[in-house]
Amino acid sequence: MPTDMPSTPVIEVAGVTKTFAGVRALSDVDFTLQRGEIHALVGENGAGKSTLIKVLTGIHTTDAGRVTRNGNISTIYQEVNLVPLMSVSANMFLGREPRNRFGLIDRARRDADAAELLRGYGITADVSSPLGTLAVGEQQMVALARAVDANADVVIMDEPTSSLEPREVETLLGVVRKLHEQGIAIIYVSHRMDELYRICDTVTVLRDGVNVHSGPLKELPRIELVSLMLGRSVKEIESHGTTAFGEDHHADAEPVLQATGLTSRPRIDGVSVTIRPGEVVGLAGLLGSGRTETAKAIIGALPVDGGTVLVAGNPVARTVKASTRAGISMLAEDRKTEGIIPNLSVRENIVLAALPRLSRFGVTSRSKQDRIVDAFIKRLRIKVSSPEQKVAELSGGNQQKVLLARWLCTEPKILLLDEPTRGIDVGAKAEVQALIDELAREGLAVLLISSELDELLDGADRLVVLRDGSVAGELEGDQLTREHVLKAIAAEVTDDSGDHAGSPQHSR
Amino acid sequence: MTQATTQAAPSTAVSAAAARTRWLQDNGVYVAVGVLLLFNAVFTANFLTVGNFTTQLVQAAPVLIVALGMALVIGTEGVDLSVGAVMALAAAIIPLYLGAGWLMAITMALVVGVLAGAFNGFLVAKVGIQPIVATLALLVGGRGLALVIANGQLVQLRDPTFLSLGTDDVFGIPISVLIAGVLALVIAAVTNRTTFGRQLVAIGGNRKAATLAGLPVTRVLIGVYAITGVLAAIAGVLATSRLAASDPADMGLLMELSAITAVVVGGTPLTGGKVRVLGTVFGVILMQLVRATLIKHNLPDSIAQMIQAAIIVAAVYVARERR
Repeated sequence: MPTDMPSTPVIEVAGVTKTFAGVRALSDVDFTLQRGEIHALVGENGAGKSTLIKVLTGIHTTDAGRVTRNGNISTIYQEVNLVPLMSVSANMFLGREPRNRFGLIDRARRDADAAELLRGYGITADVSSPLGTLAVGEQQMVALARAVDANADVVIMDEPTSSLEPREVETLLGVVRKLHEQGIAIIYVSHRMDELYRICDTVTVLRDGVNVHSGPLKELPRIELVSLMLGRSVKEIESHGTTAFGEDHHADAEPVLQATGLTSRPRIDGVSVTIRPGEVVGLAGLLGSGRTETAKAIIGALPVDGGTVLVAGNPVARTVKASTRAGISMLAEDRKTEGIIPNLSVRENIVLAALPRLSRFGVTSRSKQDRIVDAFIKRLRIKVSSPEQKVAELSGGNQQKVLLARWLCTEPKILLLDEPTRGIDVGAKAEVQALIDELAREGLAVLLISSELDELLDGADRLVVLRDGSVAGELEGDQLTREHVLKAIAAEVTDDSGDHAGSPQHSR
Repeated sequence: MTQATTQAAPSTAVSAAAARTRWLQDNGVYVAVGVLLLFNAVFTANFLTVGNFTTQLVQAAPVLIVALGMALVIGTEGVDLSVGAVMALAAAIIPLYLGAGWLMAITMALVVGVLAGAFNGFLVAKVGIQPIVATLALLVGGRGLALVIANGQLVQLRDPTFLSLGTDDVFGIPISVLIAGVLALVIAAVTNRTTFGRQLVAIGGNRKAATLAGLPVTRVLIGVYAITGVLAAIAGVLATSRLAASDPADMGLLMELSAITAVVVGGTPLTGGKVRVLGTVFGVILMQLVRATLIKHNLPDSIAQMIQAAIIVAAVYVARERR
């Protein structure tokens, strides 16, 4: 660790504001990066982390404020921004290749230099093989080595460990420490608490585009950090119904869904969830904790390394088709890419999954479709000029209702809802929440994923808390409070029920 | 978070322009056919005659049949480059079985078409090869196989019933035109009125969403390519009958490009999620009329090709702004 910290910060941001289409992504943000420090940048989805990074690197101009850079910045993204089909060494020296005396690329020297450089990062792979043949972690290491060799003073790492195996994570953290010793400043974006506390000196927490906290990380308790990210004071425990969910649902019956030991490395590891008819089970956890992956594994849309799913006691093959037939439906988080079919009408989007049932000998029946579509448009109060309106023309909330209608058409037993109220207006949000309540009362088993703690606490009968791809605890009854959830997320829970809770995360 | 490119102020002008573009996307091909007919009615001698129209339609029929299948494949965000080679395969099969009767010969040709198409579909849907590459394999290999089957030779055909397919007519309408018309109606019905057709469009519109909705994506894709294969084989049979000879070397050469052109000009976007059957029919007619017009005015074929290219660029330009 360099002891002689120069007084001038390597990056200084003051009062930066950035607006996109009327939405404030950053408002009046101050941010200072000292030379040689490892600075954690945290916040939930949409908090403004990516925007801040793009402002730092100069990709975005600012609407107001000042950005001072005293050094070269290099960014390592989640997805490696190199050329997968070119060799490792070619990637290392892309754009600054060593030349021989004829002005041509000196391949021998390039390969030798690359091999030697990479050995320092623990990579012994053949540097003449295509980059794409390396493991993701190794590719990231190549990107890192390249950045450092290109004389970076600052390296920004955006979720560098999200797709790495535990062993690769260790190597990466080792490299980060080495860079730190060389006096390179690092901005480290991650949601993994353990990593942050292991390597970072300082932390900046963004929430809704505002810098809510900057300071030394060691002095900040984990639970304090989580509550800063989620915007809930630890002491603020009393529950006041800010959402449209009603009171508890009844659930004494046999579980209709039993998912056991779902594993898809490195995203989720041994996640188990059971839901009874009429029960809403919430899936809590930070971004990247494996919530979406768990739902996708249940419905068979994510290839798994292990785990079983039983519906009403019968095993279900791990394909979407088999799951749909067994009565599982999933409302995907990303409406645009995984939900709506933009070219088609509201009617066609609603009947999509139930089409075979609404047809005779493969010929669709308009009258059957119209009847069911009209019923759902009324029941869910979908605002459309006509069922034939293109779904792409609707507002986000109405698109979400169209998708809900699509799944309800299939008469599911189990409904997996991934962020059902994200990005829709307040009115539609309350309606969707009330609807979830109503569906559960009618006997549907619901898995609710949400980043909003209020939505989970008010909507769910039981909460499964995920951390880094494993179950960190299950909360029920009196434990359904913000404090308990935050503690479970922050891994400070002294647990009395959960079997995975409190276990060290990379024990394998 | 996406960056806004236009501000609110000029939005009315923008939306009026957008509406005009959309209208042109939807109706441009019909307008173009109308304009061309009008032009010929005034400036071309002997154009508006039954004889001329019959000739034009007979020439366009095989292209139309192939283009119908192409429209379906393009609707799934794919493409089928092998249609010309499948026509050649059908042509090569016919003389082998014509001894067993015309029905047998045609049936075998169509079976080969289905198999070739299903093979394409298998490569695309199961193996996961990009459509352009998967069907390129059959474009090259299919014609080679056809030449091997035919020993590289042109064979004169003499079965009178088989030949009547290309020469006879019903109530004055040539049989091949009749078949093309019926197939257009069938494909339109399949696209708009069947589970298969709607699933096909949904898969082309958003494959991820279709998969998550539990649609039988693999089955539909294989089916689409198989239909395209059988349509190409039908076109090959009709063209062979009209030629009165099996000619695998030249049969259906560059047909894939004519078909894609007609589909695109007809307003079906290459990005998938939409199939316009009537537009495709008019796309074929438009390209046929353009060539006929230029030939009647004694312009060489080379000029006709360049004008076709200009039409394609214009069609793609209009389609470009679709959202």
